[in-house]
Amino acid sequence: MKIAIASGKGGTGKTTLSTNLAVFMAQTEPVVLVDLDVEEPNSGLFVRGDAVHDEPKYKMIPVWQEDTCRLCGNCQEVCNFNAVMMLGPSIMVFPELCHGCYACSELCPTSSLPMEPKKMGDLRHIRTGNLDFIESRLLISEEQAVPLIKQTIAYVDDRFSADTLKIFDSPPGTSCPVIEVTKGVDLVVLVTEPTPFGLHDLKLAVETIRQLGKQFVVVLNRYGIGDDQVEKYCEAEGIQLLARIPNSRRIAEIYAAGGLLYRDVPEVGVVVEEIAEFIRSRREVGRS
Amino acid sequence: MKEIVVISGKGGTGKTSLTASFAVLGGEDLVVADCDVDAADMHLLLEPDFALSEEFYSGELAVIDQELCTGCGDCAAVCRYDAIPVVDGRYVVDEIGCEGCGYCARICPTEAITNIEQNVGHWYRSKLRTGATMIHARLKIGADNSGKLVAKVKNEAKIVAERDGKGLILVDGSPGVGCPVVSSLSGASLVVLVTEPTVSGLHDLRRVHELVKMFGIPSGCIINKSDLNRDVLADLRRFLDEEGIVLLAEIPYDEKFTEAITSGRTIVEHDADLAGLVRDCWRKITKLVEDD
Amino acid sequence: MKLIFTTQGTDWESPMDPRFGRTRFFFVYDDESEETQTYDNTAIENEAHGAGPRTAQKLAEFGAQVLITGNGPGGNAAAVLKATGAEVYVGAGEMTVREAYEAYRSGSLKKFQGV
Repeated sequence: MKIAIASGKGGTGKTTLSTNLAVFMAQTEPVVLVDLDVEEPNSGLFVRGDAVHDEPKYKMIPVWQEDTCRLCGNCQEVCNFNAVMMLGPSIMVFPELCHGCYACSELCPTSSLPMEPKKMGDLRHIRTGNLDFIESRLLISEEQAVPLIKQTIAYVDDRFSADTLKIFDSPPGTSCPVIEVTKGVDLVVLVTEPTPFGLHDLKLAVETIRQLGKQFVVVLNRYGIGDDQVEKYCEAEGIQLLARIPNSRRIAEIYAAGGLLYRDVPEVGVVVEEIAEFIRSRREVGRS
Repeated sequence: MKEIVVISGKGGTGKTSLTASFAVLGGEDLVVADCDVDAADMHLLLEPDFALSEEFYSGELAVIDQELCTGCGDCAAVCRYDAIPVVDGRYVVDEIGCEGCGYCARICPTEAITNIEQNVGHWYRSKLRTGATMIHARLKIGADNSGKLVAKVKNEAKIVAERDGKGLILVDGSPGVGCPVVSSLSGASLVVLVTEPTVSGLHDLRRVHELVKMFGIPSGCIINKSDLNRDVLADLRRFLDEEGIVLLAEIPYDEKFTEAITSGRTIVEHDADLAGLVRDCWRKITKLVEDD
Repeated sequence: MKLIFTTQGTDWESPMDPRFGRTRFFFVYDDESEETQTYDNTAIENEAHGAGPRTAQKLAEFGAQVLITGNGPGGNAAAVLKATGAEVYVGAGEMTVREAYEAYRSGSLKKFQGV
């Protein structure tokens, strides 16, 4: 079973929830936590374990073969992303701009632009008890998150059975990377906060997830601040508000120091248990 | 003309709230550009009137003319994004999956595929409740922010600034470290980094600062929720010192920030003490920009 | 020698454009023939990504040996400029074209390190 923890806005507590949920549930069953916020993966700061596997991740980009090229310029012509340029007697390729469509390579009359792997990031896999934690990080020069997200999900699909619980910590927002993460999951948990910003961005996230046709629920973090507009919105839209994590300075402090909350803060522990119960019941429904 | 760009590596540090506060303090003397298009929240605090709205086009979308299509499947065979599935027995382009590379259109034997410019959203020119003009944008679902859109927003802000004789543009920058951030930073006179003393905050600050360094733009930093963790705060201060980043302000964690936002106001309109802090910070920022 | 300035207008008194990739105009000055030329770069607005290298390619077509600009090129554009052998000077973003030229001549502009 795959669950994505997502949010329309950054800083709502996705990582807090995914790490605490994963570590808690791993007490009783195998869990795979995957940090797919590849531009700024953070959950690894909260999880420690033994190294299982590290591997560089590659994307395919065209590489110029000078000796066979006759400088016809077709490659520059067919590239829609300004990633290939003819400059004087040479062809320049800009890997960060390349979308890996293979057009320049496959349409080259002299086959002078074969596609070759270029490192775009790193995947790190650690384990502690029942918890497998996988994190992928984009190299700072890389702009595109989607290829790395795809490959990381493929890594997880290869190694773990479909039945194993997988929690995907998603990037914030509603654009391509988030869609890539959520398109293959069974349930999306949207985390937000009870403020005008939280409500506004939740609406955008709901619109996106609905368009993808995915099942979703909402978790309200920092409950107690702000107002009740998010709750009212969920009620009006028939959206299940699964849990409320209370706001407290203590929670913020523990998070600031990189600690896990469910053990030290009973209110959080209770909520994490509730969410875990819900996931287990959904899974039973899925099985029958 | 000077450009102040406010960025933060990670979300939730209070960047947008602070930028909105600066907009209120700057009043009519500045033009605001909201380049944080994926999560454009400034309008919730500044009440823009959306007076002018224009469609924004970016990238292309392949479209198959079913009259000309013979169902040969060559297009689907070359598509690296699995964006041409068969639906009800016909090849149809999946709009969300299509990357706009144009490959399928080039090789279609019956020329049944054309590339059309994709309308990915709108950009707006608004008057704010402060009397200033703001340029902002809204993207459709699944559309990505891009260097082009950020450049468009900044450019329109520049046009207004020139037209109205304003010497300062305040930019709410994009998060992360990719192309939209590069476009946000390009042309900046000063970068204001907003962070928090958490392990995640420091970590993401380092990443985004690498970009700022590459551009050689002077930068200052605001540490928000500063009293959350003494150890990380010390690490942060050390990092700023090492990198020659001016410490602009340390703002303590306070529920009043949320109270303010909930009532649709910025902190400088809500609480006298915090307003004083933010005002001092803004004074420092404007002075730094003038001195340049 | 040909010098290129990134500008917002088409004459010596125009303000410089601090950006490179999406600069509004190029102002080209041949200091031997003392001829000037301008190039309207606004079409670059349509490029979602990769504006920098495209603009650098245009500069190469003019055969410029010196580029004078504001912040400097991003990574990809810098690579193209390096390939053309052009020297890049930065720090002129707030000047007029004339002031930028004087600053270049008096050696008070910084040489861009990336190229």
